[in-house]
Amino acid sequence: MTEPSQGSAAVLRAQGLGKKYGRRWALRDCTLDIPAGHVVGLVGPNGAGKTTLLKLATGQLAPTAGGITVLGDHAAGSPASLAKIGFVAQETPVYAGLSVADHLRLGARLNPGWDTTVAGERIRRLGLDPAHRAGKLSGGQRAQLALTLGLAKRPELLILDEPVAALDPLARREFLQGLMEAVVEHELSVVLSSHLVADLERTCDYLIVLADSRVQVAGEVEGLLATHHRLTGPRRDPDRLPGDQHVVSARHTERQSTFVVRTDAPILDPAWTVSRLNLEDLVLAYMEKTAPDRRVALEVQR
Amino acid sequence: MIWLTWRQFRGAAAMMAAVLVVLAAALALTGPSLADAYSSGITACARNGDCARFFDRFFDDYQGPFLIVTVIVLILPGLVGLFWGAPLISRELEAGTHLLVWNQSITRTRWLAVKLTFTALAAMAAAGLCGLAVTWWSGPLDKSAAPGFALMDPLVFGARGIAPMGYAAFAFVLGVAMGMFLRRTLTAMAVTLVVFAALQIALPLLVRPHLLPPVSSAFTLSSENVDNIGLPRGGANPRVILDSAIPGHTGAWVLSSRLVDPAGRPVGADGLVQVSTTSGPCSPSEEQKPDPSGQSGCLGEINRVGYRQQATYQPFERFWPFQWIETGIYALLTLGLTGLCFWWIRRRLS
Repeated sequence: MTEPSQGSAAVLRAQGLGKKYGRRWALRDCTLDIPAGHVVGLVGPNGAGKTTLLKLATGQLAPTAGGITVLGDHAAGSPASLAKIGFVAQETPVYAGLSVADHLRLGARLNPGWDTTVAGERIRRLGLDPAHRAGKLSGGQRAQLALTLGLAKRPELLILDEPVAALDPLARREFLQGLMEAVVEHELSVVLSSHLVADLERTCDYLIVLADSRVQVAGEVEGLLATHHRLTGPRRDPDRLPGDQHVVSARHTERQSTFVVRTDAPILDPAWTVSRLNLEDLVLAYMEKTAPDRRVALEVQR
Repeated sequence: MIWLTWRQFRGAAAMMAAVLVVLAAALALTGPSLADAYSSGITACARNGDCARFFDRFFDDYQGPFLIVTVIVLILPGLVGLFWGAPLISRELEAGTHLLVWNQSITRTRWLAVKLTFTALAAMAAAGLCGLAVTWWSGPLDKSAAPGFALMDPLVFGARGIAPMGYAAFAFVLGVAMGMFLRRTLTAMAVTLVVFAALQIALPLLVRPHLLPPVSSAFTLSSENVDNIGLPRGGANPRVILDSAIPGHTGAWVLSSRLVDPAGRPVGADGLVQVSTTSGPCSPSEEQKPDPSGQSGCLGEINRVGYRQQATYQPFERFWPFQWIETGIYALLTLGLTGLCFWWIRRRLS
């Protein structure tokens, strides 16, 4: 991309981004422009390409097609760009043989911007024994240690790949709470992936739905909820809806149709019962769209 | 980064250091007495002129420890490749910790560079120390070694001098590369072992004999190159069995040695030579006296008729040139694999 980015506003910008493993596209035609200062939820079923997108963002992978800039930086994977991005990988790996203190030392040695106070403070608050070997920590403690490493390097953007997938509900809540506190404290941008909407509902103010290797929808949660509606009424063909109403999902019984539509305009047709969607409904509507048995319908809609 | 490398490596390093200390202590305790036994034996045998027998007996006495230390030096590089090289990357890939460390403010290229340099230097130091200590200890034995166990012979050559350092560096990087390509520690260890062992066997058999053009020459038969002359009863032809040694070139690596008849044709495997046994020096009536020069007696007669030892060999003086060439070959292989590792970690691995 030759055009200059609009200030430092975009935390992550992708243009036609794609990644191919062998003959299979793990991610394709991904175009995104995420402004700074959000907690971004990346949601999608397993294997939808979430990890691939996040690895592309951290520079762990090189794209097959298109390009990605993170924090206005094209040189993904350079030390300067690595220093600005914190990454907590899937299953929150830590060195089993090293102690908690060793991990902090590792962070201090490898990151020029390392914040010893933040790290020490977090470990104390979590009640972790610095001499404890990381291999003997519980899943929740391990995730917290990985998060501490990600936070104490003082990144501008923190990326977390399914950080709570393996945690029990309590540890899950504690982790997300700790994350939100840090976001407020350090004014971070965060990208957080999950296959569970419930994890994201309380934390995220920006949502990306990824399914079938493609971005289905992306936008601020408030805006998405305001522009998506569920219409219930007498059976009708999707083609007969107004042109500004994009059908996300459609369900028909013999006499009744239920549509999830996206539109900026108000719904005027009195035949419909209009109800608001919650985040989960919205995500499910987009995932349903790409479910294999509806692929034909999907092609028609495009 | 050096701190992290050391922190992850110190357990393995301590174990290697312990093994080396035990080996060094054993060598240091027994080395001086071995050298004493050799020098007193040499003075004694020089007086009564029977040093060949002394060498035989001396080598026989110490053959066990000699083989043990030689084998230790030979397998040490392989162990380094298996236990230091193969897990270096594959263990991180298996545990997923590569994602942790590659997202600190350090490029994976730099991470690999530090890990490779640091650990490869440690591997070379360990193999080098081990090789030199054993070279020092076995000096007296190498001087009195039986044919097949001399410095130039394949079994011993790789366990002396500087070659072990080259082997260790190569085996280590081979292990690292296999760990990277295969992503599984156990598989990587198995493949490293097979590839390294195959190379260690193939190189002495196929490449090392031709590092420098071997010397080919014909030698008169003497006690130095003849193991035994058999004089069968009943007038059959005498049987000559050659030793795998070159007269005047002690310690040479004999690539081929065979008996040729006066016309230059090789004598059959039975070693029968066409010499009259009904009369003359080879007749049973003549008493066979040992004659080192081979100029008289039955051996003299066989020489006079024109039988010779036709041998191809690498003289002992080429030991150090060969050490440098072989170490150089392994150094080149190591560098090539290292380059491949860096390319792979940037392009293929994530």
